[in-house]
Amino acid sequence: MQCVLLGAVTELRATTHTIEFPYTRTLGPVIGSFFTGLRDRRILGIRAGDRVLVPPLEYDPETGDALKPDFVEVGPAGTVTSWSWVTKPTRKHPLDRPFGFALIRLDGADTAMVHAVDAGSIDRMQTGMRVTPRWRDERKGRIDDIECFVPEGGAA
Amino acid sequence: MAALKDVAIIGYAQARNERQAQATEVQFLFPVINEALEMSKIPRREIGFTCAGSCDYLSGQTFAFVMNLEAVGAWPPISESHVEMDGAWALYEAWVRLQHEDIDTALVFGSGKSSPGNPAEIYPLQMDPYTLTPLGFDPVSSAAIQARALLDAGKVTERQMAEIAARSRRDAMKNPYAQVTGEFDVDELLAQPYVTAPLRKHDLPPISDGACAVVLATGDKAREVCERPAWIRGIDHRIEAHQPGMRDLTTSRSTRLAGEAAGVGSAPIEVAELSATFTHQEPILREALGLGDQVAINPSGGALSANPVMAVGLARIAEAAKQIVEGGRRRTLGHATSGMCLQQNLVCVLEGEQ
Repeated sequence: MQCVLLGAVTELRATTHTIEFPYTRTLGPVIGSFFTGLRDRRILGIRAGDRVLVPPLEYDPETGDALKPDFVEVGPAGTVTSWSWVTKPTRKHPLDRPFGFALIRLDGADTAMVHAVDAGSIDRMQTGMRVTPRWRDERKGRIDDIECFVPEGGAA
Repeated sequence: MAALKDVAIIGYAQARNERQAQATEVQFLFPVINEALEMSKIPRREIGFTCAGSCDYLSGQTFAFVMNLEAVGAWPPISESHVEMDGAWALYEAWVRLQHEDIDTALVFGSGKSSPGNPAEIYPLQMDPYTLTPLGFDPVSSAAIQARALLDAGKVTERQMAEIAARSRRDAMKNPYAQVTGEFDVDELLAQPYVTAPLRKHDLPPISDGACAVVLATGDKAREVCERPAWIRGIDHRIEAHQPGMRDLTTSRSTRLAGEAAGVGSAPIEVAELSATFTHQEPILREALGLGDQVAINPSGGALSANPVMAVGLARIAEAAKQIVEGGRRRTLGHATSGMCLQQNLVCVLEGEQ
């Protein structure tokens, strides 16, 4: 690429600039424990009164009160309480083929968490269906350590 | 909260919504602000406070909102503020500011140019960064989950959703700012394939570039310049848990609480302009606000006929004000929402004097 500056022909130089956030941070005692659990293939909820919240929060959404880090292992299987069917996944979605986004209430939990369900076809999706996680072989302590959920009793 | 000091809407204007505006955001804001100020008869330099609502993520640039001040005229220096929210929340801030009584006018605007980006990839960035953003959980997918919950609960049918779309598009034919308008047959709409089941294209809002501006004035000032001001009799906003799986998605508790605090039920509402950006959200909002069949819902065509993100809620309030100022109505309501699946809601009750 060239441009003309004051009559002189000047070569434009291209430089590569990578935007980065060069720092690390702790996820705190609640989210941190949740993700450490995922790395070990365990899903943790937090007690909020009589309820178990999954994913765990640092506060009770009903009262705003801080919650003690009192964790309960839940799942790993659960029940779909509502769902949608994505026909054209974006490049940000967990799967590159049609899949369901679902609210999944894990066994032992009182709230539902969002995740993808690899059911193969919309015909296999229904409210109340049972699903179980498909774990990644290499887990990093992230929500997508669970690659997705699959219908219980046989992957798509 | 009930209104403490009398504040009224005395001017408003909107841009014609477009799928892809050729003008920049500040360029299409400029005439909108001029028009709202002209209607208010308040000289630009006499405006006591200016507050804007916009989203830097849509522009893809930090502090993009500062450039929008070019459309206001910020010299000599003005007193202004910005919310990274729909302009309806900018109106709320201006209403609070006017309660201080040292100024008597305010200019509020909301604007957004959604067309340059891909909303399905940008919006997940506003979600929980640990459990939702990494999944690319987008607004259409989350709305579809809410619609499914409503269908499963028997609170709405796909036909009723299509009827809401058809009515909105028909009503929008009379709205010069609307983007998706026309007569549509409900059976033909229902014959269309799902985009993200159970939502079809007509259940979704369009992608719009647009803007809205509103001018506020207190008591005597409003009466001095405006024949029939739209008085803000109550305004309130409430928020719920950010995890959609921790709420009952078939109801809107925050809307109900905001409506109660704004005094919706204390006298009949004639017209309600609701930010139902998906068809199935209209019955949720109607139920939460206790709006019966006698209430005209979204005569402008609502958010289903134009969805200028960051301006659509303020536009609902402007349309509700127009029903009083120009339409002679006695009592109307404007509603705005933020977050996924109606997470946060603002209700503004407006009244004209007899």
